[in-house]
Amino acid sequence: MKRKRRVSIAAILPMYLFTLLFVLGPLIYMLILSFASRDGQWGVSAEFTLKNYPRMLEPIYLRTFWNSIKLSLLSTLFVLLIGYPFGYFMARLTKKWRTIAMLLLIIPFWTSTLMRLYGWIIFFRANGVFDGLLMGLGLTTAPLKLLYSYPAVVVGMIYALVPFMIYSVYSSAEKLDWRLVEAARDLGASGFRAFLTVSLPLTAPGIFSGVILTFVPSMGLYFIADVLGGNKIVLIGNLIQEQLVKLHDWPFAAAMSVVLLVLTSVFLFLYRRVTKSDSLEGLV
Amino acid sequence: MDSALLRLENLEKSFGETRVLRGVSLSADAGQFITLLGPSGCGKTTTLRIIAGLESPDTGKVWLDGRDVTSAEPNKRDVNTVFQSYALFPHMTVEDNIGYGLRLRRKPKAEIRRAVKDALALVQLDGYEKRMTSELSGGQSQRIAIARAVIGNPKVLLLDEPLGALDYQLRRQMQLELKRLQKQLGITFIYITHDQEEALNMSDVIAVMRNGMFEQLGSVSEIYDAPKTAYVARFVGNANIVSGVVKDVSDGVITLARSDGEMSVKLTGAPPERGATVHAAVRGENVQIEPLGRDGQPPEPIVGTISDKRFAGGQLRISVTLSDGTEVTASRHGIDSPLAAGERVAVWWSPDHAVTVEGDNEA
Ligand SMILES: Nc1ncnc2c1ncn2[C@@H]1O[C@H](COP(=O)(O)OP(=O)(O)OP(=O)(O)O)[C@@H](O)[C@H]1O
Ligand SMILES: [Mg+2]
Repeated sequence: MKRKRRVSIAAILPMYLFTLLFVLGPLIYMLILSFASRDGQWGVSAEFTLKNYPRMLEPIYLRTFWNSIKLSLLSTLFVLLIGYPFGYFMARLTKKWRTIAMLLLIIPFWTSTLMRLYGWIIFFRANGVFDGLLMGLGLTTAPLKLLYSYPAVVVGMIYALVPFMIYSVYSSAEKLDWRLVEAARDLGASGFRAFLTVSLPLTAPGIFSGVILTFVPSMGLYFIADVLGGNKIVLIGNLIQEQLVKLHDWPFAAAMSVVLLVLTSVFLFLYRRVTKSDSLEGLV
Repeated sequence: MDSALLRLENLEKSFGETRVLRGVSLSADAGQFITLLGPSGCGKTTTLRIIAGLESPDTGKVWLDGRDVTSAEPNKRDVNTVFQSYALFPHMTVEDNIGYGLRLRRKPKAEIRRAVKDALALVQLDGYEKRMTSELSGGQSQRIAIARAVIGNPKVLLLDEPLGALDYQLRRQMQLELKRLQKQLGITFIYITHDQEEALNMSDVIAVMRNGMFEQLGSVSEIYDAPKTAYVARFVGNANIVSGVVKDVSDGVITLARSDGEMSVKLTGAPPERGATVHAAVRGENVQIEPLGRDGQPPEPIVGTISDKRFAGGQLRISVTLSDGTEVTASRHGIDSPLAAGERVAVWWSPDHAVTVEGDNEA
């Protein structure tokens, strides 16, 4: 007994150290940085200041924060609407088809998300695949300017995030005892009522974790706005990147990152309070 | 159409290569208690699922109240089911489970609450409204499933081994309760069990099922007293099956010859030809086993050797092996007998207690 326990601590210790070093470390560094001042062209001076935080209340920054949240909420909603049916029906497939579906879901991850986003450019750009299709069908006569628009960014977000929702819903729907749905039908429920009263509540954990798995990363997917939105759509992530790379204001970038982190944590916390879900299906 | 409330017409069903139902036909009147009795895997649940609309037959029809419902959705049939697995909704309280059907019909809340209370009283679980289903024992779950299915007052109630998880005492009590309920509500019950005693206690009609077919369908007394086949005689009455060749038919009694003696069987139906092989079914309580040469024995009783003596199911069971390997088991009250294993004995019975049955050829 004792021996076993000692072994397991020894096994876990490196992971703790790793987490401490590479996750907590940078976070603390970022927090400290956010209270530092900018110094000259490049550097950071150790001089303590609070001014980085109030600066975010300037209208352009506030508006950007708000836009980011809106885009994330909207994307999450679409991801849920698209991903839920996929995950749900995937769980109803026979074993063979389920494996195939799962494979199709995983294969895109073998290339980088950025590469796959460039694919969307070919699809969306003026006279691209999408325009060609619409014009070929005679639905439109002139190319739509879809690339570098808000819808293009939303589509990109959905595309990048929907697999997580599908997987979450799937792992929850897979555990759904179909005999319960049959019992509901037997007691007089239409297929839709049975879904609403039995399937949906019993797959709710999958929805919860899917929403978290979608919303939280969506706040950070600024490169999608970059690639598909041109420079028209600016999110917090874009602002942070700009401060870092172009304006070299590291303390302000750090402050914004801290706020973003706190914001997502608050959303997470609120969400868990509202849904009372402790277990995150598909997570861990 | 005839007056039957429920009619199954030659149902067939295969899952892949497995033929699960091979032509099941049944006709149930309003208020009848019909039991499907058969071993595991013979197609009982599948038959029930087809009636409920949860499975569709490959061929054949289901008629309910004069309407062809073969392809009707489950919610469009006035049939409810007590599932073998209970299938209680884990995210609802007992009250919400039982009231589910009524809520679908948008009945007023107060009415539902009262109906749930009555239904709980019916299954002797008063006060369980607020329990979650995870807090119930197997037997309690079963009773909640029964309450949930009867509350909507369906025309036909399908029960898939509804008392399987209960102890003997509660089982007997629930058998009476269910029977009373069925009489009182006038609901037609299609009841699955593989407990023959339960089937005999409760049913009006028993369908003995085997390999996806009804081996025999008839009233309780028909099934018990006049089994058509060796299989039914064994399954329902724990009967012994002994074969012999027809030697003589006279005065309503068939005399059968064997290498180890003679036996006699009551003649029912057309007399068999002399020289034909016939199978006789005799229940254990009617088998006489005695030391050779006692008074009152038939002139040439079958002679066998006692192979086993054991106490089981409240009775003493003495098994005798005959010359052709057939085993005959007699059951007696009492806990022991002077007969000992290895002893040569006479085996006989009164012809009134033996019937001829069809042999055991696989379907
Ligand atoms: N969905 C299915 N797919 C494949 N085979 C099935 C399916 N449902 C039932 N079967 C097969 O059909 C046969 C009959 O099953 P059924 O459930 O009707 O038996 P049963 O008489 O109710 O048995 P038990 O007393 O064990 O409940 C079994 O061999 C079973 O394996
Ligand atoms: Mg069954």
